[in-house]
Order: sequence, then structure tokens, then C-alpha cells
Amino acid sequence: MSTFRSIVFSSVIAGFIVGLLVTVAQQFGTVPLILKAEVFEKATETHQHEAVPQPAAAGHDHASPEHAGHDHASHDHGAEAWEPRDGFERNAYTAAANVLTAIGFALLLAGFFAVRSGATGERVSWHEGLMWGLAGFAVFTIAPGLGLAPELPGVPAAPLVSRQIWWTAAALATAAGLALIVFRRSVPAAIAGVILLILPHLIGAPELAQVETNVPSSLTHQFVTAVTVTSLVFWSSLGAVTSAIFARFDHGVDARV
Amino acid sequence: MSQSQLSNAQVTHFPVAAGQVGRLSQALMAMVLGLFVVGVVGFSHIDVVHNAAHDVRHSNAFPCH
Repeated sequence: MSTFRSIVFSSVIAGFIVGLLVTVAQQFGTVPLILKAEVFEKATETHQHEAVPQPAAAGHDHASPEHAGHDHASHDHGAEAWEPRDGFERNAYTAAANVLTAIGFALLLAGFFAVRSGATGERVSWHEGLMWGLAGFAVFTIAPGLGLAPELPGVPAAPLVSRQIWWTAAALATAAGLALIVFRRSVPAAIAGVILLILPHLIGAPELAQVETNVPSSLTHQFVTAVTVTSLVFWSSLGAVTSAIFARFDHGVDARV
Repeated sequence: MSQSQLSNAQVTHFPVAAGQVGRLSQALMAMVLGLFVVGVVGFSHIDVVHNAAHDVRHSNAFPCH
């Protein structure tokens, strides 16, 4: 099996296992809080969007086109885009998105495992994989989360694109900083690494001057904890499972020796 | 089993250096693919993608809305 194929194959398997595991964890952790916050979000939306509810309300007078109309495409112009129905359909899409996210991050991890095992001549053990997973937790959850706390629906935040740029930059700088500290064992590299870890937070994440929301702050705090813990489950299991499966399917190391 | 023997046979035809370069570029390809998948699920501005992955974006603390 070529390296690329064994990376993809093991990432897909690991992604399904970890994605489904995390979907279960989210059902107990984050999803109930999101649903609670949406109650507050919808309460404010009906106050704020003066123009939007009018056509929808008018539509309901005409025998409710949402249920009766078959050509949704023509009705949906200017109205809300498709979204999954609450309940099973919504959770099914959540599970699918979780599996895809896990496959994506597993591809990233397994890519590192392939480079690593190619350089050392030894397979990456599940234990080393677990530590790579924890590095992923630091890079993709802790670092961006310090500046941009996990958001609940209904809590206003700075413009989306600016937050996405800062989030990506924080993850990149943290990854580079950690790599400098772990793989270059010299004092200047360590100092540069620590500076890279701190830099995104010195620049600061985009923030609104004023945040007005009726989502209670206790709910927001619970959500931060829930996100961080489910993410820890995600990254530690993804690191260990991906490395264990990749070691099984990767024959490139044997061939080299 | 036969597949692993086949791949071993294929790899031994290449010199070690060429095999290593191939391994690095294949690993990079997989990593770019992975980031692309995460980017679409977590960061795409397309409404339908956003709505389908909504709870996952919030649960992963990706910027949403």
C-alpha cells in the first residue's frame, strides 16, 4: 500500500470511530447547552429582525408553503437557507460533520506520523500518537479558545471573517511555536517558540466593544467547560486511535529497513 | 497479505532516497486534503454547509455566525 493510501485508509477508519464517539459525548456535553441558548437567540431574533418575519408570516396565511409547497427553490429566494429539522435529522448531520472533521484532522495527524516514522525508521506508537493528539488539542482548542472563547448561539461577536483569520493565525503560530520547542532543542529556538505561542494573544482576538445578550453567563461558562472537555476526548482519542491504525497499515517503514 | 507483499516488492525497486521523498510528498498531500476537509466543514460561508455543521462548529469552538 502506498503511503498516501495507508494514510487515507487509516484516517477514514479512525475518523468514523472518533467522530461517532465524540457525537455521543456532545449529546451529553455541548448540544443541550446549544439548544438552551437557541431559545434565547430566537427570542431576540423576533425582536431584532423587523423585516424578515413579515414575509414568513404572510406565507403562513397562504396555507403554509413550508409544508404544502413542492418547489422550495423558488420560495427560498431571499428567505432562510435550508437547515436540518430538529431531532434525528439535525443530529445525523452533526454526526456526519463530526466524522468528516475527525477524518480531516486524522489525515493531518497521520501525515505527521508518516513523516516521523519515515525519519526515525520506527512506527509511531499509540502513546506517541496520544501526545500528538494532545498537541492538536493545544493548537486547535486551547490557543484559539483563549482569545475567542467557545461561542453559544445568540451571543454577538466580532465579524466572522476577522475571527476566522485570527483563529487560523493563532493555531498556526501555536503549532510552529510547539514544533520549535519540541524538535529544536536549543535555547534560541525555545525562546522563539515561546514568543510564537504568546504572539497571537499579544495581538489580541477581534472583539466587540459592547456585547449585549440575554444568554445567561452561567450558560456560557458551562459551555466553555463542555467544549473543552469534549474536545479533549476528541483529540486524545484521535491521536491514539489514528496512530494505532496507521501503524497497522503502514508498510513503508518495514520496506525501508 | 498479498497486497503487503506486492507493496514491499514495489518499494524495494526504488532507491531509499527516492522512497523518502515520495513518502514526504504523499504525507503532505494527505495533510493538505485533511485541512481542506476541516476547512469546508468548519469554515465554509455557504449557508447550507453552515446549517448542516452548525452544532459541530459550536462544539469545536470554530468561529460561527
